[in-house]
Amino acid sequence: MQKIRRKSPTRPGFCARPAHAIRFAFHLGPMFAFVIRRLVQAVLVMLTVAFIAFMLFQYVGDPVTNILGQDATPQQRLQLRRDLGLDSPFPVQFAQFVGNAVRGEFGLSLRQGRKVSSLIAERLPATLELTLLAAVIALAIGIPMGVYAALKRGSFVSQALMTISLVGVSLPTFLIGILLILVFAVTLKWLPSFGRGEVVSFGPWTTGMTSIDGWRHLVLPAITLAIFQLTLIMRLVRSEMLEVLRADYIKFARARGLPDRVVYFRHALKNTLVPVMTITGLQIGGLIAFAIITETVFQWPGMGLLFIQAVQFADIPVMAAYLCLIALIFVAINLVVDLLYFAVDPRLRVERAAGAH
Amino acid sequence: MKRIAPWLLAGTLALGASLSHAVTLRVSDLGDVQSMDPHSLNESLQLSFTGNVYEPLIERGKDMSLTPALATKWTQTSPTVWRFDLRQGVKFHDGTAFTADDVIFTFKRAAGDGSDMKGYTNPIKDVRKVGEFAVEIETTAPYPILPDTLTTLAMMSKKWCEENKAERPVDRRKGIENTASFKSNGTGPFRLKERQPSVRTVLVKNFNWWGKSESNLDEVVFTPIGNDATRVAALLSGETDLMEPVPLQDVERIKSAGLNVLQGPELRTIFLGMDQKRDELLFSSVKGKNPFKDVRVRRAFYEAIDEETIKARVMRGAALPTGLMVGAAVRGFQADMNKRLPYDTDGAKKLLADAGYPNGFEVGMNCPNDRYVNDAAICQAVAASLARIGVKVNLMTETKVTYFPKILRRDTSFYLLGWTPSTVDSHDTLQSIMATPNDKGQGQFNLGAYSNPKFDELVLKIQSETDQKKRNEMIREAFKIHQDDVGHIPLHQQALAWAYGKNVTLTQLPNNYMFFKWMTLKSK
Repeated sequence: MQKIRRKSPTRPGFCARPAHAIRFAFHLGPMFAFVIRRLVQAVLVMLTVAFIAFMLFQYVGDPVTNILGQDATPQQRLQLRRDLGLDSPFPVQFAQFVGNAVRGEFGLSLRQGRKVSSLIAERLPATLELTLLAAVIALAIGIPMGVYAALKRGSFVSQALMTISLVGVSLPTFLIGILLILVFAVTLKWLPSFGRGEVVSFGPWTTGMTSIDGWRHLVLPAITLAIFQLTLIMRLVRSEMLEVLRADYIKFARARGLPDRVVYFRHALKNTLVPVMTITGLQIGGLIAFAIITETVFQWPGMGLLFIQAVQFADIPVMAAYLCLIALIFVAINLVVDLLYFAVDPRLRVERAAGAH
Repeated sequence: MKRIAPWLLAGTLALGASLSHAVTLRVSDLGDVQSMDPHSLNESLQLSFTGNVYEPLIERGKDMSLTPALATKWTQTSPTVWRFDLRQGVKFHDGTAFTADDVIFTFKRAAGDGSDMKGYTNPIKDVRKVGEFAVEIETTAPYPILPDTLTTLAMMSKKWCEENKAERPVDRRKGIENTASFKSNGTGPFRLKERQPSVRTVLVKNFNWWGKSESNLDEVVFTPIGNDATRVAALLSGETDLMEPVPLQDVERIKSAGLNVLQGPELRTIFLGMDQKRDELLFSSVKGKNPFKDVRVRRAFYEAIDEETIKARVMRGAALPTGLMVGAAVRGFQADMNKRLPYDTDGAKKLLADAGYPNGFEVGMNCPNDRYVNDAAICQAVAASLARIGVKVNLMTETKVTYFPKILRRDTSFYLLGWTPSTVDSHDTLQSIMATPNDKGQGQFNLGAYSNPKFDELVLKIQSETDQKKRNEMIREAFKIHQDDVGHIPLHQQALAWAYGKNVTLTQLPNNYMFFKWMTLKSK
């Protein structure tokens, strides 16, 4: 906590004072309560998601015809439906699901006949690797581009950046993916068009980041996934930065005779990053959940692809587990972002402290 | 760019070096094989792929004829008893010898819980060992197409299954996984080396195979690529050597890129069915009676449909219009009867008027949109055709997972379906699609309940008639009755389409089985 606090961006007037450290210690109490409260909320959210998901499952179709094929008799179909519990009423199915899910048991995939938990464990690393790389690309390119566009407002390059970013925001992901494949895989033959390539496993974790082949496979999908976020972050940073540059403390900083570099990057940028952090946190959840399209286009063996295949087959155990996991990820990321916010923005701490006393 | 080039080159060189000593064929397909277990799913991709690893007693040759595989000879010793002499000296991949015990075990496994092959084992009463390398199979009734049925039943090792707790196929109901889903031990020309579901499955050559291989392949890497555009791109960029199915709109593009596209008629016939049972249709403007009970209405529908345009526009030429409910490769196919009723809008209008519907009527139509090639577009074309004779079609297209349960409940008045007779014999279609539905599985997919007692009688006789000539006559008669009744409206056989590099040679079967033992790959 101390380390984070020292690094936290500070606005003039709220710069670190010893008193803060003391006050912050008192916060662990309320913060603990806050975390507990959020965890309880998380459980409620997950139950709601599971409930809605199960309601939807009543309409996604019937896996029985897929499992049994064309030559099965009506009796066999009826029997299988009964054995799978598909004929029991919705509340009963839901109760059974929750009961099993609490024990971490999601049953067997109807499509593959394998444990849902191991299917997801197998696919999770691929999705996380892709998502994290996409997030890094989006931040590492988006922030500098946004800063540049704000500082050199009106210049040709920043106008061009803004125009290009419009394209990035408006082009659908699958189209970007297909275009990249067309250019870099089919025409130039520089990069592969599908799959993860060579992966190395470390225990349950698999990674493609240790080999050249793995990296070559990562490039196109990661860029595809990153482009929307990148342009979003760039536009966000630019508008925030423009706003911050108009603030009084920047004027004071200039009046103090601080060089531009310090004004821009120490004072302005740091304060710009607070909303960027919130958005990025939320977007990472979105990236994981919506990597579906990128994964489908690139045949990336992640969870999104697993989910799409499950939907096409009405593989209810996989769909249910996936939706619950995504809900969990969203809830967890939101919690982390809230805590970071708490740590980074000194005003929050003061206000909370005032409330607590 | 300069910085990328050296390691890219190094990567390519490394790849080239690793390939130089092994001939590897890289195949991609729309879907993945669900399991390595040859008894767990009765689906063509599944049976096709595992058919490279496991073998049946009798297999199909390049012309779909019955060819000895693990049985060298079969004879019918009485109307219900068949004797099979097994091939000697065959070894499973783990080295154990293939014997009569494995055959008996396989039949038991395929008939048991969790197996999806019960449809094939149902007519079998008993399998007896009559020697180390001979078995007798007794059927419950005379069953002339037993050898055809056996081509889909792959032999497994008794010892291996017992040691690996795979005596039964995986039972999704009990929630217990099964070794045979991820590992395999067959007798076939290829062995399973690596299995990553939905990612890649690698087969390697079986050097101890009993047969003489035509193939020079050392390794086959199978990758599912669900997205059509990506699958085409991977082929064009040279990352795969062979792929199927080819999206119809990409055929020309692939050809112009200097690759091969092989299109052949698939065994599957696409047709339309009409509810002929209910006294009032579920979805129609006609109340109090069922227009489809009148053969003139059914004939009018048939004559109104412009199949040539469907072939040219919707299917881009990749379809073979048919007048019979089975395709040319199916036993019992009658070439001279494979003519469609003429496309005749005026005649159809007149028929409708004669039947008492001069202004046509409204009818609901059900159609899948992800099961057959361009299925939803076919239905739209049919609806447009029928509009010309005053019939307003309310089309409802949906995904197969909701479509099939619905039409199997017979919640439909007018529907589209495709059928491949899994035994490659007409009897399968006659019995499942055209015979009057009963509770024993007959007419299970006759969803409009077309019914003609004379036809049903013939189907029963065809099932047990062992004289092929007499049997063929009866099949002919049955098709004739069905055509005169316009029991269903056949449309076309869709085409199979495989695309592959110029350096690949292969054989395509009309049931879409892909056997790697018939493929070679020349180095470029």
